[in-house]
Amino acid sequence: MAVQDAPQGAKFTDRLGLVYGLYTIGFLVFFALMAYLETQGFQAKTIGILFLMFTIAIYAIIGYLSRTMQAEAYYVAGREVPALYNGMATAADWMSGASFVALAGGIYFGGYPYLGFIIGWTGGYVLVNSLMAPYLRKFGCYTVPDFIGTRYGGNIARLCAVIILVVASFTYVTAQINATGTIASRALGIPFEVGVWFGLLGILLCSMLGGMRGVTWTQVAQYIVLIIAYLTPVIWMSNKQGFGMIPHFTYGEAALRVQELEAQYGLQKAATAVAGLKELTTPHFDPQGGLDSWKFATLALCMMTGTASLPHILMRYFTTPTVTAARRSVGWSLFFIFLLYFTAPALATLTKLQLLDPNLATSVIGKAVADVQALEWVKNWSAVGYLAVQDQNGDGIVQLNEFFMRPDIVVLATPEIAGLPYVISGLVAAGGMAAAMSTADGLLLAIANALSHDLYYKIIDPKAETSTRLVVARVLLVVIGAAAAFVASMKLTGILGAVAWAFCFACSGLFFPLVLGVWWKRANTAGAIAGMVFGFGAGTWYLYMIYNGLMDPVWSIDHLRFGIIGMPVSLVAMVVVSLLTPAPSAEVQDMVDRTLYPSGDTILDAKH
Amino acid sequence: MSNDAERNAQHWAKTRSLTIFILILWFVFGLLLPWFAKELDTIVIFGWKLGYYFIVQGSLIAFVVMIWYQNMRQDAIDREFGVSDE
Repeated sequence: MAVQDAPQGAKFTDRLGLVYGLYTIGFLVFFALMAYLETQGFQAKTIGILFLMFTIAIYAIIGYLSRTMQAEAYYVAGREVPALYNGMATAADWMSGASFVALAGGIYFGGYPYLGFIIGWTGGYVLVNSLMAPYLRKFGCYTVPDFIGTRYGGNIARLCAVIILVVASFTYVTAQINATGTIASRALGIPFEVGVWFGLLGILLCSMLGGMRGVTWTQVAQYIVLIIAYLTPVIWMSNKQGFGMIPHFTYGEAALRVQELEAQYGLQKAATAVAGLKELTTPHFDPQGGLDSWKFATLALCMMTGTASLPHILMRYFTTPTVTAARRSVGWSLFFIFLLYFTAPALATLTKLQLLDPNLATSVIGKAVADVQALEWVKNWSAVGYLAVQDQNGDGIVQLNEFFMRPDIVVLATPEIAGLPYVISGLVAAGGMAAAMSTADGLLLAIANALSHDLYYKIIDPKAETSTRLVVARVLLVVIGAAAAFVASMKLTGILGAVAWAFCFACSGLFFPLVLGVWWKRANTAGAIAGMVFGFGAGTWYLYMIYNGLMDPVWSIDHLRFGIIGMPVSLVAMVVVSLLTPAPSAEVQDMVDRTLYPSGDTILDAKH
Repeated sequence: MSNDAERNAQHWAKTRSLTIFILILWFVFGLLLPWFAKELDTIVIFGWKLGYYFIVQGSLIAFVVMIWYQNMRQDAIDREFGVSDE
């Protein structure tokens, strides 16, 4: 493969502020141009296509400019990514199509139990920062199994880590490719099965030539698009409807009003359910204590420990220049993630209020059925089967349980519900695409790197030339991407279920072997293998039994939180087996000691 | 060399205390307050039910502040013992 190194390196990282500043301005100019074209009578569909094509073309150019044939650049972006930009890249890596498209809708329909995702997907970063990132960075590894393999020694431990990584990440990536396919098919008017392959093409354009370096710089660009796309409609809507300039700090009263209206209308199941759609039956926020609290806490805990064990996130912190910068970039990551996550509940609340509150012009509940069915956005979404208004009790008035919606469309439909111009919908589609593509990129790279570095280079052929390794890595990237797109095109899993499973797989198998690898010197090879095998095995077995109805859930631990079963098994197995077998060698204990402070060389040298 | 070992031990003792402190805060904001959302909801401040506020916003802000505070303290500890890498 004739890949030359792009002429950039140190010079490029010096000018990051300028490059991304110009990029952001360019994107805003493009947005203004689209808004202008809309006023000139351009069709909504044309604008949607232009949005998608323009943004994907930019990512592809960045991916091409980042091409490389050096192992360090391919695996860890040359370890030259400043903390702030690594924070943005991690945020894009982290926030998937599910966060962008489905989260607010989930909150809209899910109430208190669902909010466990919000706490879990932010609080996890405290664990990443406290327990993992700086120490793994000090190790100087290329991949997460690289850490396991070096700390515990031996190919069996490394192989176990590779298997868990592949299972967790592959589960996750099919959901992301599914999301890119959904967005592409809707915006471009092509069938879903074709959209999936189109999405994969975009993803590979970013990562094929540049590996981690290409993915890093495209993810920064994708973060900028996705955060603009998420915040603009909410703030615009809030100003238009008089909820205040920045709604985030004042929507508490809107939430109270929603609860008042729910009590007034009554939350009842629909007389006849509509397949695939939901009516509002869960209260906006009504914790019951007891079992309800248990469900919330178990979900949040699985998501937090899963965050701290998912390899595509941990490997982002291998790309910073120093240990201190790795820590600092965790701080930036959570800040950038926080911007979206504290907006999602505001979006859900304000959208719900718009539909429910009879004092607002946009409301539909309590209005005449014929009037509501004649609304433009109701017609559009009903036509594709994502929304339904049915007068089931025959009184000619829309009741709360006669308004049906697919949860996934809350974010996408909000601009139309609030009567914003179409250009906003185009922007939101581009943002959703950026979110799904960036996560899929990180996941595919995590899988392909683990297989090429840990399985091929470290276990199968330790004498392989760098160029051969990097060709193998790229071939694997394409093969795994194609496999994921193929699985996605069969639509086997729901997006949310697949994402929660990925977290539970990761925390069942990897959380304790990673944490104790740093924090417990006595942990040894046999213990780590036991921890991975029994933790991952127990979690997977429990999922299989519950999901196929072979067993009733124990203490309400359902398939979304099976990490609660896997993790304690992993901990006990790891501690017991470690104590029953000899302590690690003095050499290994010394290595752990050196991991604990930032100064000095990394444990593994740069060309390992 | 024994000086180094002693220095590293002290550095680690401080690092560990800081980490434990942060993890306690993490437990409070991530699990304890959401657990008692029902009880906290009886209190309303500035138009917010308190249990709801922590889950949708308060705890998230606390997480961000916690990480930034921890890193600031950790940087100081690293410099104090001369083991910073920056």
